[in-house]
Amino acid sequence: VSGAIWTIGEIDDGRLLPSSAGVATLARRFGAAAGREVVGVVAGVEPGTAATELAAYVPRVLGVSIPADDGWLTPSAAAPVIARLVAEQGPSHLLVPATPGGRELAGALAAHLGWGVLANAVDLAWDGRALVDTVIFKVDMRVRSTFTSDHGLITVQANVISPEVLETPGVVEMVDAPNLAGSTATAAVRMVERVRVPAPASVEGARVVVAGGAGVGGADRWPLVESLADSLHGAVGASRPPVDAGWVPFSQQVGQTGKSVRPDLYVALGISGEVQHRVGMRTARTVVAVNNDPDAPIRQFADLFVIGDLHEIVPALVASIQERAAR
Amino acid sequence: MHIVVMVKAVPNTAGDERLDERFRLDRVGVDPIINQNDEHPLEVALRLAETIPGVETTMLTMGRAGSWSGLNKGIAAGINKSVVISDDALEGSCALATANVLAAGLRKLPFDLILGGLDTSDGRAGIVASTVASLLGLPFISRASELSIQDGTVIVKRLRDDGYELLQAPLPALVTVTQTVGDLRYPSLRGIMAARSRSPETWSLGEIGLAAEGVGTAAATTSVVAVDPPSPRPPTRVVSGDPASAVKEIVEFLAERRFIS
Repeated sequence: VSGAIWTIGEIDDGRLLPSSAGVATLARRFGAAAGREVVGVVAGVEPGTAATELAAYVPRVLGVSIPADDGWLTPSAAAPVIARLVAEQGPSHLLVPATPGGRELAGALAAHLGWGVLANAVDLAWDGRALVDTVIFKVDMRVRSTFTSDHGLITVQANVISPEVLETPGVVEMVDAPNLAGSTATAAVRMVERVRVPAPASVEGARVVVAGGAGVGGADRWPLVESLADSLHGAVGASRPPVDAGWVPFSQQVGQTGKSVRPDLYVALGISGEVQHRVGMRTARTVVAVNNDPDAPIRQFADLFVIGDLHEIVPALVASIQERAAR
Repeated sequence: MHIVVMVKAVPNTAGDERLDERFRLDRVGVDPIINQNDEHPLEVALRLAETIPGVETTMLTMGRAGSWSGLNKGIAAGINKSVVISDDALEGSCALATANVLAAGLRKLPFDLILGGLDTSDGRAGIVASTVASLLGLPFISRASELSIQDGTVIVKRLRDDGYELLQAPLPALVTVTQTVGDLRYPSLRGIMAARSRSPETWSLGEIGLAAEGVGTAAATTSVVAVDPPSPRPPTRVVSGDPASAVKEIVEFLAERRFIS
């Protein structure tokens, strides 16, 4: 039997991160195309709950329990355990969410396994070898890559695939972490404190995202973006400049270094649409952009492009939407 | 104390890059700059050097020797030394080979703390720093928004969407930092003048103890099969004119698509 396709489920606070479900769904399609078994892997201190959650999407899940003194592990510390399992069970390809934790894990696994990595996949295919599609540049050029050997690590862009549950949930097998010698360095990262603060609604998974860019003009004008988001029942997003300027928290940044989103509606206010932003919202189903620059790159991928002053348009738009809602 | 910052030279044309006939990023004739996300760890290194006596800062990069001019910015801002690992054999290296090269370079340098950025504007994979840490067996902490050194450890504040974590690791360690630490400072006139007269140390593969067979196109773990133009998308409806009529058109559009009732 040729090697299986493994899809990694990421744990946060004991639960499966939602982005792992889309990755698992893609893994299933990929496995079907390749004629290979698909196995979910959740590794952590207490992987049980997340492993069960991942089993909604893949027929078989390995829950790998790794002991840790303070009940917490970095992805790098989990990597040698997963690498050991890979050596024992011989999967051919590992799919990992291209999230902050997933990228850390994929990088560490590359070191432990000596495998190549193809990053930010938006689709996968098979022609006797793995074909990994990524998107580059402002104009959405599609690059299809492969591995030069019969195995590899693939990070999958978060939120580009809609999760689809199985009719019958898969089975979970719990595995004790293989006894590992000599991997103490990464376990040396200790959590001193975890502090929770109230946060704005997440852009990930939001049906509507209203995002502002440099064109919003200042922290004092930022409530414009929030007011439109409120009236459309959406989350507030941003391109990088408003985050760097401190108008909005980093958690709301959409793009290369921030979140990847897939809303039904994405409204871009004063966002020019450089490639760094584009890669985070290119799978939005409908894009409405307001910009005073008629040549802003976002024009090329907006469904509705409004040339005008957002400071005049947005308040009137919010009033109009509220008026309709009150009718 | 020695701090090494890993940086990458990237084309200053984000989004408008070209691919060469072998589907590799065409770097010929394109002015390279420091990858934007690598400027933040440079600033962190400079701040630590200001507050801790005896800190030496080094920039480490892999790339064409000629690509250094754009990277002088770090030296001008106050980084003490720069090392570029440059070798014709490196052309076409994959991410894993790049990490191997950087790790080999680091083995030749004294370090207590290694810093890096989150990702690069050309590759965007965001994995190399983590690979380097695992290759060197170092504790790795990603996405620092603040960082301090205390009693032989690094303490990192890492932002989460719902708050933050304070993490601690013994030195030596490798930490990547986010844009929230702030931008690289402007260089002083003195710094700019000093950078002009300072050239980087250039190391060949042989000097870091690696064989040419392990890097470059021939040893790459990945390869490009095809590059296709984007699939056509529906035409953009463009609205211009006075705000009142623009608002009317937006409302109609949103109602058509049932985003509002």
